[in-house]
Amino acid sequence: MPKLPKKPKAPGLIGGLGVTFKTMLRGAVTVQYPHEREDPPPRARGVIALKEENCTVCMLCARQCPDWCIYIEGHKEKRPPRREGGRERTVSLLDRFDIDYALCMYCGICVEVCPFDALFWSPEYEYSESNIADLLHDKEKLGEWMETVHEPEPLEVGAETGKK
Amino acid sequence: MWLALDVGWGTILAIKTIVVLAIIPLGAIILGYTFLLKMMAHMQSRLGPMDPGGFHGWFQLFGDGIKFIQKEDVMPAKADRRIFAIAPAVVVISTFLVFLVLPTGPDLVVSNLDVGVFYALAVSSLAVVGVLMAGWASANKFALLGALRAGAQLIAYELPLLLAVVGVVVMAGTMSLQGIVKAQQTGSIFGWDGIGLPYVFPQIIGFVLFLVAAQAELTQTPFDMPVAESELVAGYMVEYTGFRFLFFFIGEFGTAFAFAGLAATLFLGGWAVPHITDTGWENVLGPIVLLTKVMLVAFLMFWVRFTYPRLREDQLQAVAWKFLIPIGLANILITGALKVAF
Repeated sequence: MPKLPKKPKAPGLIGGLGVTFKTMLRGAVTVQYPHEREDPPPRARGVIALKEENCTVCMLCARQCPDWCIYIEGHKEKRPPRREGGRERTVSLLDRFDIDYALCMYCGICVEVCPFDALFWSPEYEYSESNIADLLHDKEKLGEWMETVHEPEPLEVGAETGKK
Repeated sequence: MWLALDVGWGTILAIKTIVVLAIIPLGAIILGYTFLLKMMAHMQSRLGPMDPGGFHGWFQLFGDGIKFIQKEDVMPAKADRRIFAIAPAVVVISTFLVFLVLPTGPDLVVSNLDVGVFYALAVSSLAVVGVLMAGWASANKFALLGALRAGAQLIAYELPLLLAVVGVVVMAGTMSLQGIVKAQQTGSIFGWDGIGLPYVFPQIIGFVLFLVAAQAELTQTPFDMPVAESELVAGYMVEYTGFRFLFFFIGEFGTAFAFAGLAATLFLGGWAVPHITDTGWENVLGPIVLLTKVMLVAFLMFWVRFTYPRLREDQLQAVAWKFLIPIGLANILITGALKVAF
C-alpha cells in the first residue's frame, strides 16, 4: 500500500480560516480599470512603436516575424553626393510599414533583430478595436506610439557599456 | 392575534405562498451577492462586481437572472425530456417546502407544524430526488456520475444532520420549531437569563455537526465532489442551460438560506429577542433578528466554503460514517443523560 500523506491537522484548518479572514479585511489589490488606470512599468511590452527615420527598409524584422504580420514596402531614391565629385548616394525610403496586431503574438523578435534601432517596445496598451481589420496599424500610427516610449534607464554605476 | 386580519383562509394562504415564493430567489440573491460575489472576492484580494446597478454591483445577480432567462433552452437529444424538464423544479420545491415551517415571528409562519423539525429535514432530503432525476435524464456520463455521487453524499450526510438536531429536540422537549424558539427564549444559562439559552452553547457539538452536514447537503466545498468542475464539469448540472440552470442556482442558494435559517432557529434562538414577549413587536423585530442570525450562520458556511480544498470521494464518505455519525450518537447519549439527570 502506498504511503498516504499525513492526515490534515485541525490547527492547520483553523489557520486556513484565519488566512482567508485576514485577506478579506486587508482590501483589494486590483485596479478598477475603466475608472482608474494602471500605470504600466516603463519597459512593459504593450505595443511596438516605429521610429521611421531610423528604418532602412532592410526587411529583417518582416523576415524574422514568426506570424508574418509585418508588411513593408519601400523604394530607393538617388541623393546628391556628400562630397564634391563623389558618387550619387542611394537611400531607401519607407512607403509602407504595417503591423497587423490581430496576428502579432508580441514575441518581440522584430525589436530584437532591428539593427538600426527603429523598433521599440511601448507600454501603451489601450488600442483595442471593435473590428478586427482595424488592428492593422500603419506607420503613422506606429510613429505616434513612439512618443509613449520611455527613455532607457541610465546604466548602473560601473556597468559595462558595450561600445568602447 | 396581532395580525389577525378579517380575510378568508384562502387569501391568507395565497399571501403566505407568494411571500415564501418570493423569499427563495430573494434569499438566493442575498446570499449569492453578499457571499459568493463579494465576500469571496475580498477573500481573494479582489472587489467583485462594482458597476451593475451603481452601488458595488448590487444588480449583478438580477442581471445574471435576466441573462439566463433570455438563453436558449437546450435539451440533449437523448434526454428523458419530461424528467429533464421537471428535475430543477423538484429541487426548488424541496427548498420551498422547508420554508413553510420556518418561523420568522410568533405569527409569521406559514404552518406551525408540531413535527416541524422532522418535516423540514424530511422535505429537504427531497432535493436528492431532483438531483438524481437531473443526472439520469441528462443522458450524460458526467451528469450521471455527479448525480450518483450527490445521491451517496446527500444520503450519508442526512444522518449526522438528523442526529445533530435530535440533541436540540431532546433539550427543548418539542419538535415544533416555534416550541424550540420559545424554549430557547425562556431558558437561562446557570440561572442567568440575559440572553435566554441559545442551544449553541449546550449543543456546540450539535451545532458544528449541523453546519458540517449542511455544508455537505448543499454540496459546497469541501464537500463539492458531486459538482467537481475539474473532473465532472458541473456534475448533474452539466446539460442544463438558461432558466433551468437558473432554477438549480436558486435552489442551491435558496437551500443554503433555508439551512442557515434552520440552524439559526435551532441553535441561535430564531426570531426571538429575550425579554420581549407578548408586545406585538415580535412580528416586526422577528424577521430582522432572524435575518441577522441567518447571515451570521451563512457567513460561517461560506467562510468554510471559500477556504478549504475539496475532499476526495472516499475521505468524504469516511468523514460522515466514521466520524460525524459516532459523534452525533455520543452527543445524543450525553444530552439525554444530562436531561434525565437534571
